[in-house]
Amino acid sequence: MNSQEKGRAYWRANLKLSAVLLAIWFTVSFGFGVLLVEPLNRIDFFGFPFGFWWAQQGSIYVFIVLIFVYAFAMRRLDRKYDVDEREG
Amino acid sequence: MDVQTLTYLFVGASFALYIGIAIASRAASTSDFYVAGGHVHPVANGMATAADWMSAASFISMAGIIAFLGYDGSVYLMGWTGGYVLLALLLAPYLRKFGEFTVPDFIGRRYYSGTARVVAVISLIVVSFTYVAGQMRGVGIVFSQFLDVEITWGVIIGMGVVFFYAVLGGMKGITYTQVAQYCVLIFAYLVPAIFISMLVTGVPVPQLGLGATVADGSGLSVLEKLDRVLVDLGFGPYTDGSKSTIDVFAITLALMVGTAGLPHVIVRFFTVPHVADARRSAGYALVFIALLYTTAPAVGAFARLNFIDTVHDQAYESMPGWFKSWEDVGLIGWLDKNADGVIQYAPGAPFEGLPTYDDARGSNGERTLVNPPTDSANEVYVDRDIMVLANPEIARLPAWVVALVAAGGVAAALSTAAGLLLVISSSVSHDLIRNTFARQLTDRQELRYARIAAAVAIGVAGYLGINPPGFVAQVVAFAFGLAAASLFPAILMGIFSFRMNKEGAVAGMVTGLVFTFAYIVYFKFVAPEHNHEGYWWFGISPEGIGAVGAALNFATAAVVSRFTPAVPAEIRTLVDNIRVPRGAEEPHMH
Repeated sequence: MNSQEKGRAYWRANLKLSAVLLAIWFTVSFGFGVLLVEPLNRIDFFGFPFGFWWAQQGSIYVFIVLIFVYAFAMRRLDRKYDVDEREG
Repeated sequence: MDVQTLTYLFVGASFALYIGIAIASRAASTSDFYVAGGHVHPVANGMATAADWMSAASFISMAGIIAFLGYDGSVYLMGWTGGYVLLALLLAPYLRKFGEFTVPDFIGRRYYSGTARVVAVISLIVVSFTYVAGQMRGVGIVFSQFLDVEITWGVIIGMGVVFFYAVLGGMKGITYTQVAQYCVLIFAYLVPAIFISMLVTGVPVPQLGLGATVADGSGLSVLEKLDRVLVDLGFGPYTDGSKSTIDVFAITLALMVGTAGLPHVIVRFFTVPHVADARRSAGYALVFIALLYTTAPAVGAFARLNFIDTVHDQAYESMPGWFKSWEDVGLIGWLDKNADGVIQYAPGAPFEGLPTYDDARGSNGERTLVNPPTDSANEVYVDRDIMVLANPEIARLPAWVVALVAAGGVAAALSTAAGLLLVISSSVSHDLIRNTFARQLTDRQELRYARIAAAVAIGVAGYLGINPPGFVAQVVAFAFGLAAASLFPAILMGIFSFRMNKEGAVAGMVTGLVFTFAYIVYFKFVAPEHNHEGYWWFGISPEGIGAVGAALNFATAAVVSRFTPAVPAEIRTLVDNIRVPRGAEEPHMH
């Protein structure tokens, strides 16, 4: 691959990763916490109605994990496509 | 020692700490002043971002709002945290790579247009000023409640402290004071929360305590008990909402997108050394924020339960000291409608309007109210904001905890105010003075203008804090809608689209801003009597309309950019360049 192709492949990989993570972001907050909250509330989760737990606790924990997964995966992509920063 | 002496001690010690840090980290160049020289460690930046982000509203008001809204309060929890995912994935790393000082810098360069830059500056100033006035007010309230000084003096003292470290230290001074302020505020938030969780459930972790069994032998979990108690009193259950699904959806989205578009949050990611640090730093920021945000719903639920237990069906004479002291300040009011000397708590407003007292005392010793009563069975008015501040007293915690909460509230308000004032002054000195009117400034001259702009901004913010125009409190929440509808789409398209040109971006920002502004102004000020579901478009309240504004911004920009000249070649190179981390330099390359 020449550097232009590399750059394009890097960007495609980045978009794919971001799309997957944003789909999870949407599912846990707008999906579980808003749209599906009523059916999920029939399930008991450690003393919480499950939908309520997603809205007030669970979604926030998942958000944190998503950002760290992104930071970690992107660093690997940076190296794989040789576009990482040279540590100064 | 009594509460007041302890409070003076705690608040005084924290001020000494902030000022000491500010002196140790003075700004020597514009790069220091705007972005702390770009040398902030990602964990420190995460902490500073958390303090910057969590305002007096998060610290003082949020748990109280959740206590009274129940499930509907989730919009704030998800909305004010989910935005960090958007920020980390879609904006922060690219803006860090771009490597300038301000948000209008990016918009002006990417859209090769002074007009775009000025529109961005206007959006930024509108958003930041509405926000900062609320912070100054928060400082004033804490001072007047705990230190027994006039609100005016509270605001002036707060202004003095912010003036000292923001004008002297710029971003560098602010960053390290914010790290200290984060430590103060999170400690002050968690200590009473842990105590109360222990008291109510015996579980020391509030996040788990919220789901645990109440330690009263009933065998019910906290939420089951709360649902049951509220339904008995005639309220809806705590875990069910009363807002429509589409409105909850829209408000959450507007707050998330707005969070990612807030200039004072975005610029924090210009201060770290590398692109990879910007990604990680957003994660650390959210960890530090989540510590408070996952605790708040527990605090809210415990507070509501304690409040009902203490107040409902109890004689006024047996009320504890906190009830009467908040009544003295005017944040609690009791109207004994059935003249039985016992407080009844039920849904609905107890009387019309905010409590207005005459100077007399009723037969039970209560302050008498002149408000006309309503038909509801409810007799007690309680201001939501007092929940966090009164919590230590409601749960009978020691005096030092009360003093700690006061210091935490001040830390939360000051840190956010300082961050906002900094973005206002950088936009004025850098984007307006240097890049629009006087391109010949030296670095030293620009630094002087930045300090003058910061000083003027503090003065204006303080004035608004002392003389709040009636609308400030209402408008603060809408800063998010405006940021969502104007800045976020422009930045996002600037990174992810080669085709987006200046005509599209400017048309999009103006459309989003004008639409959102008009919708809010119509329902809040022009025709407040229409401000309910029947009149809202698609059932979306003014709080959530920023989500529609953002969509309109995207749509307008896409259409306009198709019919206007293409983007110049050098801008395509710029976009190519910000998409890869390699070559990120120190954040100044004029």
